[in-house]
Amino acid sequence: MPSKAAVSRLSTLGRWRLPEILFWLAAAASVPLLTEYHLVLTEIAIIALFAVSLDLILGYAGIASLGHAAFFGAGAYAAGLFAIHVTNDPLLGLIAGAAVAAVLGFASSFLVLRGADLTRLMVTLGVALVLGEIANKAGTITGGADGLQGVFMAPVLGRFEFDLFGHVGYVYCLVVFFVLFVVARRIVVSPFGLSLLAIRDNPLRARAIGIPVNNRLTAIYTISAAIAGVAGALLAQTAQFVSLDVLAFHRSADALLMLVIGGTGYLYGGIVGAVAFKVLQEILSVWTPQYWTFWIGAILVAIVLIGRQRIGNGVMGVWSRLLGKGGAA
Amino acid sequence: MTPPPKTNVLETNALVKKFGGITATNAVTFALEKGARHALIGPNGAGKTTFINLLTGVLEPTSGRIALDGKDITATKAEARVKMGLVRTFQINQLFAGMTPLQALGVAVSERQGHGRDWWRVVGTKASVTDEIVEVAERFRLIDVLEERTGNLAYGKQRLLEIALAFACRPRVLLLDEPAAGVPEAERAELLETIARLPDDVSILLIEHDMDLVFSFAKKITVLVDGTLFADGTVAEISNDPRVRAVYLGEGEHG
Repeated sequence: MPSKAAVSRLSTLGRWRLPEILFWLAAAASVPLLTEYHLVLTEIAIIALFAVSLDLILGYAGIASLGHAAFFGAGAYAAGLFAIHVTNDPLLGLIAGAAVAAVLGFASSFLVLRGADLTRLMVTLGVALVLGEIANKAGTITGGADGLQGVFMAPVLGRFEFDLFGHVGYVYCLVVFFVLFVVARRIVVSPFGLSLLAIRDNPLRARAIGIPVNNRLTAIYTISAAIAGVAGALLAQTAQFVSLDVLAFHRSADALLMLVIGGTGYLYGGIVGAVAFKVLQEILSVWTPQYWTFWIGAILVAIVLIGRQRIGNGVMGVWSRLLGKGGAA
Repeated sequence: MTPPPKTNVLETNALVKKFGGITATNAVTFALEKGARHALIGPNGAGKTTFINLLTGVLEPTSGRIALDGKDITATKAEARVKMGLVRTFQINQLFAGMTPLQALGVAVSERQGHGRDWWRVVGTKASVTDEIVEVAERFRLIDVLEERTGNLAYGKQRLLEIALAFACRPRVLLLDEPAAGVPEAERAELLETIARLPDDVSILLIEHDMDLVFSFAKKITVLVDGTLFADGTVAEISNDPRVRAVYLGEGEHG
């Protein structure tokens, strides 16, 4: 019966597709093959995880945020302080970062969910600014403008010591990223994840078919904050230092920029965007150190005006179409 | 509140809604019987939409009570009323443009079966969910278009999906808000037939302008004028009521 076949295809949403598998194999291959790039790859893994966490609320639940760095920064400071004052086990530190960011996300979700898009932009921005100023003024705890120093991490799982060249740090970040990505990927194809898409598309109707809209948005906002917190914690642990920069406005804006470059609503957009962003930054800052943000800005304007799909049917367009999710943004 | 007679599935008691100085719903006491085929009519601006929004919990009444199966639901949240079996459709399609009908029904059925919070399970991996999607899709003749983009569906199919989404919530009371509005003649028969074949145990309140549809579908009619319950009775009583003819039918069928 063809009808049954169609319905049974609903669950194929969760299936891993070839381009995805190839991507993760390539990521794994970067461990032995790209050893001299491990420091920058670590950075990419961290900002990609951060961008993926933003995609969960922006691409799936339709919540636009200009202050997602609040959770990244909270996770970073929490992990740094945890390492200094409690224990320097890295995995426990990640949990601490995630927990603090999640609590903050849960609490601020009630402010964020009150308004429409513009209100949300301003509230998210405001929360991040407030946190940034608290971190700045609470110098006795956070180190203020000097940054939080003295974060020394124990070996991962008690065995793998962080090295100067960032090899262990990269594998650690990549594995954590992969695990959380798998979780996020599962979330977005679950009944819960699909209910978020319904809310994004039409909150009025979502409510009219019995979806508790605000509860769902609070849930995904909290989850997203926790993942952003882990990304921040990874930065604190691998850099062994936390500066006010983790809460800065440009962190939030960069993550949005990555999603604009890579596309929202299919999770890989955050990764594509993070890679493109970092590569562009590296190339442009070598080529024209003073003006690299000028070119980033120009590229952003071009992407938004011309449209990602139309830019010569570029890499991103092909990528997303391969995933069968083209134009889902 | 004294418990109402068992035959009424949905009741309102002196329901009032004021917007500033305007009374949009004026002391409406209304009852929907179990298994009803009941039409709510009235000229434009009569307060039909406000009344529906009060019933479904989108608006809070200024005063008065609403009861579903004898239980007071006046303060119950909109989504909780849906879970209790009070479901509506919309006059203007409220669909999920970015999702296929299959995904939309998947969401509605998962939610109804209590799996809406499951985040670890891939959607559509439970047989109870897929079986119910097949059942609803067949009833609403959507089985062949399940994987098309909702926005690309013919308008008649979109109208069917509009009702199917509500039906997937297993309503005991279904509020149909102008279900045939805007459907081209060629697709109309399929839609009307589907509505006529809705199960008897679902009590239906039809909000409609189209008097042909009202007279062919409804057994009872309630007329709302200026927010007030103007007349209430069987189809024969209402169509022969000279006051109704004067204020409503005589004015022309569309506003």
